[in-house]
Amino acid sequence: MSILVRNATRRFGDFTALDDVSVEIPSGSLTALLGPSGSGKSTLLRVIAGLERPDGGSVEIDGRDATRLPPQRRGVGFVFQHYAAFKHMTVRENVAFGLKVARRPKAEIKARVSELLELVQLPGLADRYPAQLSGGQRQRMALARSLAVQPSVLLLDEPFGALDARVRKELRAWLRHLHDEVHVTTVFVTHDQEEAMEVADRIVVMNHGRVEQVGGPRDLYEHPANAFVMGFVGPVTRLGEFFVRPHDVEVRRQPNGTTSEAMVERLVHLGFEVRAELVLHDGQHVWAQLSREDAEELELAQGQIVFVRPSRTRQFAEVPAG
Amino acid sequence: MPTERTGRLGLRFLALGYLAMILLVPVGAVIWRAFGDGIAPVWQAVTTPDALHAFWLTLLIAGIAVPLNTVFGIACAVVLVRQRFHGRRVLDAVIDLPFAISPVVIGLALILVYGQAGWLGSWLAERGIQVIFSLPGMVLATVFVSLPYVVREVAPVLREVGTDQEEAAWTLGASPLRSFLRVTLPAIRWGVAYGVVLTTARALGEFGAVTIVSGRLAGQTETLTLYVENRFEAFDLTGAYAASLTLALLALLVLLAMTRLQRKEGR
Repeated sequence: MSILVRNATRRFGDFTALDDVSVEIPSGSLTALLGPSGSGKSTLLRVIAGLERPDGGSVEIDGRDATRLPPQRRGVGFVFQHYAAFKHMTVRENVAFGLKVARRPKAEIKARVSELLELVQLPGLADRYPAQLSGGQRQRMALARSLAVQPSVLLLDEPFGALDARVRKELRAWLRHLHDEVHVTTVFVTHDQEEAMEVADRIVVMNHGRVEQVGGPRDLYEHPANAFVMGFVGPVTRLGEFFVRPHDVEVRRQPNGTTSEAMVERLVHLGFEVRAELVLHDGQHVWAQLSREDAEELELAQGQIVFVRPSRTRQFAEVPAG
Repeated sequence: MPTERTGRLGLRFLALGYLAMILLVPVGAVIWRAFGDGIAPVWQAVTTPDALHAFWLTLLIAGIAVPLNTVFGIACAVVLVRQRFHGRRVLDAVIDLPFAISPVVIGLALILVYGQAGWLGSWLAERGIQVIFSLPGMVLATVFVSLPYVVREVAPVLREVGTDQEEAAWTLGASPLRSFLRVTLPAIRWGVAYGVVLTTARALGEFGAVTIVSGRLAGQTETLTLYVENRFEAFDLTGAYAASLTLALLALLVLLAMTRLQRKEGR
């Protein structure tokens, strides 16, 4: 079900968490709210859920004005960074909570809970308590719990933020698959651009309580609207007035008229990738990302003089924050 | 390492020795003295009409004051932890007033307000309600002195539990009341239980404020602590020690009840 946020504003004292934010989230999409901490992404998610009341603006869920609806009546599932597991209830009781509140018949609750535990791959753990589960398992339980009431939208607030790197990677792929199976409109908050790129089909980039750009992962990477987005969704370096992706810095042994002279200051070998840190003759630092083969072919070495030119560039009015 | 071992044993000896001197020896002495002449005189002493009355009155007062302070304490902790408003810090400080003020002063203050000549007292007296020198005043005094315990035990637990679980319950359709009863209350139950135990112990043992407001009418407004002092002053040592023993046993029961609850819960 689609979500439409119009001109949402939220202040906490002097701090403006949301500054006139308007976003449309299409039905069935998997959208990431991406931004640095304090960018307002979590506040926006909580405003959609009804856990935070905006000072101004409106929220529409599935074409219905939800601005004044309490979270109980918005039909949203919410997953918290720290799981928010009901610690005194078993996994089964946690997942059944929403169904019990809705007074569903016992047989239906039982069937639905087993089905959900199957879906989140926790079927054998129904009688455990959250304290007996790993972080990843707790978060999957929390997900099952929020899906139990068949929400029209699923909201996840940094869902993998408290997990270690390996489990986080696993769960990302798993969330993607789950979404392909369940098709519920999903919005998740993250500050990790790689996570957003990997999982989402749409990304809303936020900064200072505003939306900087909305688009697909590739779209944002290839056509960033401004320096902030370019810097936030991928690596960036500067060549004169231009912002360049380091893999778009062309390194040559001979000048060709459009190149500038540079000295290799340092070479960093990162497996497949080689990172060359260069200094231009005017003292400006640039870095280039090359494949190992290219670096070997150029016989790059520290102190060597090379010639560089950007193969694709962007020019923005402002300077990137990062 | 032997020195480390000695140090550890020394610390243990110090802790246990301190506990023995301060707690166990005096309490043991009370039991010893009470049973000095065997069980019969003790039984006789605790079953006199005045002693029995004091026993039931003590239970009645605790039975009213503890639930009142539990409900108030939880509500107050929620307000202190979850709400931001002007005067929150003042409220926070005021809660501790009963800790800071001597119970005798509290008793006098209650007489000023609820006594025959007091502001509220005269108004209530016209309507036939006597507060001072009767049960309502004693309950008030007990509520007053045991007020902070539940708040102080629950507030930190509530802060630690956070709002995530509650908010999760809301998004699952549970009303605020239901979320509180089914999710928050179970999460803070140990804070509440400990607060209740402390409140009960304080309510059972209250002496100063209750002395002032009760008028100490034997068989009417005499609680167990007052009865102990009454017997002591009347040179009825067996009676005093026997009643003390009853008080100690009540306190012990409360403690045992909590330990049992905790063990049942401890997986």
